[in-house]
Amino acid sequence: MSDVVEKTLTALPSLLSLDSQPGSGKLSSTSKLGNLIRGITELTSKHEEEKLIQRELSSIKEQVASPNTSMRQMKELMVRAIYCEMLGYEASFSYIHAIKLAQQGTVLEKRVGYLAVSLFLNESHELLLLLVNTVLKDLQSTNLIEVCMALTVVSQMFPKDMIPAILPLVEEKLTHPKEIIRRKAVLALYKFYLIAPNQVQHIHNKFRKALCDKDPGVMTASLHIYLQMIKENPEGYKDLTASFVTILKQVVGGKLPMDFNYHSVPAPWLQIQLLRILSLLGKDDQSTSEMMYEVLDESLRRAEMNHNITYAILYECVKSIYTIHPKAELLEKAAKCIGNFVLSPKINLKYLGLKALTYVVQQDANLALQHQLTIIECLDHSDLVIKRETLELLFRITNAQNVTVIVEKMLEFLRLSKDDYTTIDLVGKVAELWFIETMNTVFSLGGDMMQPDIPNSFLRLLSEGFDSTEEDRQLRLFAVDSYVSLLQGEPGRLPQRFLQVISWVLGEYSHLREGLEPATTLRLLAKLLDMKHTSSETKSWVLLAMSKLCEGPDCVSLAQELSERHGGSLDTVLRQRVQELRHLSEDAELRASVLPRDAAQEPLEVDSSLSFLDGFVSEALSAGAAPYKPPHQRQEELAQAKALSLEPYGLSLPISMSSCSLADRQSPTLLSMSSGLSGNSTDLSHKGGSTTLKLDGVKRVWGKDGYLAQKEPVEESAQVEVPSPLCSPSRQGGADSTHSQTPTPTPTPEPEKEKQQLASSLFVGLGSQSSVCLMGKSEQTPQRFRRKAKGQGSSSGASEQISNSHYSTQSTVDNLLCNNLLDSTVTSDLAVSTPEQTPQLSQEVATTNGTCDAEQDLIEETDPGNSPSLIRANSTVTADPPAHKDPDRPKDSCLSSHLPAELAGLSHSEIIPLCSSQNLDLSACHVQKEDALLLVIFIENSSDSDIECLLFLSQVSCVTDSPVEAVRSLSVSVYQYSLMVKRPAAHVALAGTASYHMALLTQSMLVSCFCLTSLLFLCLGRPLCVSTEEYGTLWLAFSQDTKQNLALLNDGQDPLTATLDVLKNKLQLHVVDIIGAEGIVACRLLQGQPCLMHCRVHAGSLAVWLRSPVPDLPDCLLYHCQRALQEH
Amino acid sequence: MMRFLLLFSRQGRLRLQKWFTPTPEREKKKIIRDMTTMVLARKPRSCNFLHWRDLKIVYKRYASLYFCLALEDQDNELLALEILHRYVELLDKYFGNVCELDIIFNFEKAYFILDEFLMGGEIQETSKQIVNRSIEASDMLQEDDNSDWYEVELFG
Repeated sequence: MSDVVEKTLTALPSLLSLDSQPGSGKLSSTSKLGNLIRGITELTSKHEEEKLIQRELSSIKEQVASPNTSMRQMKELMVRAIYCEMLGYEASFSYIHAIKLAQQGTVLEKRVGYLAVSLFLNESHELLLLLVNTVLKDLQSTNLIEVCMALTVVSQMFPKDMIPAILPLVEEKLTHPKEIIRRKAVLALYKFYLIAPNQVQHIHNKFRKALCDKDPGVMTASLHIYLQMIKENPEGYKDLTASFVTILKQVVGGKLPMDFNYHSVPAPWLQIQLLRILSLLGKDDQSTSEMMYEVLDESLRRAEMNHNITYAILYECVKSIYTIHPKAELLEKAAKCIGNFVLSPKINLKYLGLKALTYVVQQDANLALQHQLTIIECLDHSDLVIKRETLELLFRITNAQNVTVIVEKMLEFLRLSKDDYTTIDLVGKVAELWFIETMNTVFSLGGDMMQPDIPNSFLRLLSEGFDSTEEDRQLRLFAVDSYVSLLQGEPGRLPQRFLQVISWVLGEYSHLREGLEPATTLRLLAKLLDMKHTSSETKSWVLLAMSKLCEGPDCVSLAQELSERHGGSLDTVLRQRVQELRHLSEDAELRASVLPRDAAQEPLEVDSSLSFLDGFVSEALSAGAAPYKPPHQRQEELAQAKALSLEPYGLSLPISMSSCSLADRQSPTLLSMSSGLSGNSTDLSHKGGSTTLKLDGVKRVWGKDGYLAQKEPVEESAQVEVPSPLCSPSRQGGADSTHSQTPTPTPTPEPEKEKQQLASSLFVGLGSQSSVCLMGKSEQTPQRFRRKAKGQGSSSGASEQISNSHYSTQSTVDNLLCNNLLDSTVTSDLAVSTPEQTPQLSQEVATTNGTCDAEQDLIEETDPGNSPSLIRANSTVTADPPAHKDPDRPKDSCLSSHLPAELAGLSHSEIIPLCSSQNLDLSACHVQKEDALLLVIFIENSSDSDIECLLFLSQVSCVTDSPVEAVRSLSVSVYQYSLMVKRPAAHVALAGTASYHMALLTQSMLVSCFCLTSLLFLCLGRPLCVSTEEYGTLWLAFSQDTKQNLALLNDGQDPLTATLDVLKNKLQLHVVDIIGAEGIVACRLLQGQPCLMHCRVHAGSLAVWLRSPVPDLPDCLLYHCQRALQEH
Repeated sequence: MMRFLLLFSRQGRLRLQKWFTPTPEREKKKIIRDMTTMVLARKPRSCNFLHWRDLKIVYKRYASLYFCLALEDQDNELLALEILHRYVELLDKYFGNVCELDIIFNFEKAYFILDEFLMGGEIQETSKQIVNRSIEASDMLQEDDNSDWYEVELFG
């Protein structure tokens, strides 16, 4: 305190002189505030301070009440009153004067008045009503500063029910010429929207106008409203996505004025606002998300500068990327970004990194694995906030295997933490995780000897739940999960009590688990019925649970089967349950009314006097039945009669009946009551003679041992047994020293080891595969690691053979190339260093060569060539047709036999090889059909195993049913594609890939065919039969035309007819009419696009004029006419 | 959205308070007490973030003064730190080498600056120049002024 006093005192003179600056008001009154402050700092006790302030307040009170006090003095008094209030002393007498000051003062005084009002009064304060008129007046003022002040105070605090009074005026300000007014008006409306959304409903379209405001500040302000509205209803604003993306793009691109920069980062607040809006819009919506991928990528890229504000943007970006529909590439970048946060030495960034991890870990548990050592470090961080955040993260990755360690850590934290809120939160979480697990242990170990009210109160807790429904759901879900997995294990070891609890929980809550079919649960439960050790009491619990679950045809048949098997049981209760099960499974409606879902905690009206049975009883009595005796009376009678054998007849039946039929159908409260009343077998044995008790004890000891012996290995395996070689600490050490991928080559020091051990117990069971890569920080992704391992294990034998044979056929050049490639990849990529990757590599080499050839072909293909081969494959050499024909000849004839029957009769082009690998050969030909042009592709498998091959070609549609087919060994598969040409072009290239599986690896090769449209026309052109009149109308309708002169044939007869005949025969044109020296011709492409030709003999040549609706078709036809006439 | 902003000294004395949502007096007192004890108890080299009930607290110390801002769950902590920083920059620009005493003796000015910077719990204006221009323009106003001239100055 003393140094402040000193500082204050030394600073005072300069402070007082400072006050001479313009507008700071009267020296005298400021010095009064100064005096007050100085006076306070001079005091030594709280008591003195109180006295001083009270004195000050009464002096202020006196002055404000005096009619002689000017507004100017009032202003200074208000400042002092504010100061006193800030110190915690009430100055409520000044409130009314604050309002008066705001009402009557000049601009400067008004400002202090408004400030005082906003500090003194709450939204609900009655005096606030007096302010409404002042605000109204100021909103209408011509003085812009007054308008600004009014808008500010309105957004600060304004009575909800008075909003309608000023709303029109605020609304009006949205079109104000001054941007600062518009901006404040938008923010004021935002505030109204928050406190009374209904009242601003009608101005939503004005918000849109604000969004489009030419001033970026107004636009930014409107985003607050949009964020809120989109949060409530994302569907309603999807149409704005493109606009938001555009705005963000412009902001990121630095298109805003410099004023908006913050430390040379363009408008970070605006950017973050937009990112938040986009993530809301893109959530669970793929098409909307696709619109924003680019700008998100851009934002990530631009925000590289090392400044807090860029990290803020990055963090928001990462959150958006993980919120919207995922895109692998962006996720990868975002994950890297999270890594930068987590590994940052700056503690704030580390904190956010943990938060981000917590956010994404459910989608991508591997990310947590990668940073596990950092997480462990954070767990021991001296800053409790970091520690808590880490626990939050661990809470998200808790599973059955690591729950013990995590709960332990949480409890450790609880011991340190003093904050109530954290404690409540954490205790809830611990309870959720730990409760079920521990109760499982309690039930398994405690077995049947525990007090009956333990399971009862457990069930009551579970069904009554805690405060929040979500937590209850989680807890029940956790219970269901853990019980299902227990039943899937060896339920035979579980005590009867526990089995009863399990059945009840599954019956009530297994519907909570999505994807868990009732039939699956039923089968698990049915298994219990068949076990020898299951007592009949447990069996009726099980059957009741089954009746609750019975839904769907599967279950009906199961119920039927059960009723056949157990329907003849000696136990009547069991028989009854089975009958119930069967009937209820057949009648869903009845089941719903008898056993309503989620009704466990609803009080059932129980007619305890059973009055509805009165008629039945009186009938029975009149028919001579014995009157009813309550159990205790019966027992007494029995005891008197010294009846010996109580157990099999007298007791077990009524008791199990009472405890089951009442309790588990209704509420656990009743359950505990009924079992408390009547007891059950365990209780009875306690009540029985000392001999029985002893016997029981012996049995239990044996039983306990049995359980312990069985239980221990189970527990151990839950914690340690992970299918990874790196898990147990001892093995870890070995792995560290031998494994080349560990970042630390030196033997791990003790504490490190401890951490790793902790890591392995924490991160157990995470990730898509079970091999936990302990040193998760290494670049390698676990999948790759795994694939490699798998390859080593299984495929090496077979594939090596393949690769060897492959090598022998390869030329030396290829081998060299292959080896070179291999070398380079080894250095760059660890994953391909294993020998069995070689076939893939060499395959890639072959593929690359193939592509090169194809490209070369494309380049060389300047001359269309004489042979009308439709398809030029990459292996053909145009300049030398016989060279490729000859070797292909035999193949051609042998492959043509594989043509499908319906195509066999049609003419087909020669079969040309497209590409080949060591086992597969692809060839193709085309077949001319009446209505289509088919491309037929032959896949020849020369290996001795079946190969599954997926062929994908662009631009063609597949005729064959399934594009995936297994090509049997040493045989040929045929695919048909119908060729479509959307638009005539200079040439059409068909490209595609064939991927096939061989020795676990998917390989692919490129297929490329090369078609010339002019040749294509030959196959695709068809005559168009039209009359002269139709021709006329068509002619006028077409827009694309070309004119040219063609050579005229002179064969002696009429040159026009002769020329057209040639064209007709060669190009399948239809000659519509010939009139004198003019002829009209029509044709169409296969898909129906027509082309018309008008010919006129003129000066020894044929002047043709072509028209078509398709742009390139006339040129194409013309070109072909020239060719046809030349060839003739 | 921001919930409240508190400025207090190393001794825990409140220097400025701004509540963006309606809060009862009693609650305010409790929050102020909680904030000062929590923030002042933080060790150096801890992170600048805290949890308090369902709110996120972002605080930063500038010389002898602590700035403490409460955020809602969705808000960005790093950005909040920059809000505090920008506010300090604004104060610095207005007072020139701002120190705690400036804020003690001219707290109403600090409020006015804050009102130009934040509004209704959201950022209103981030430009230092613009905020200062409007504050200075209002400061210049005199009682008998009809302020036409200053409006030109303020609204450019």
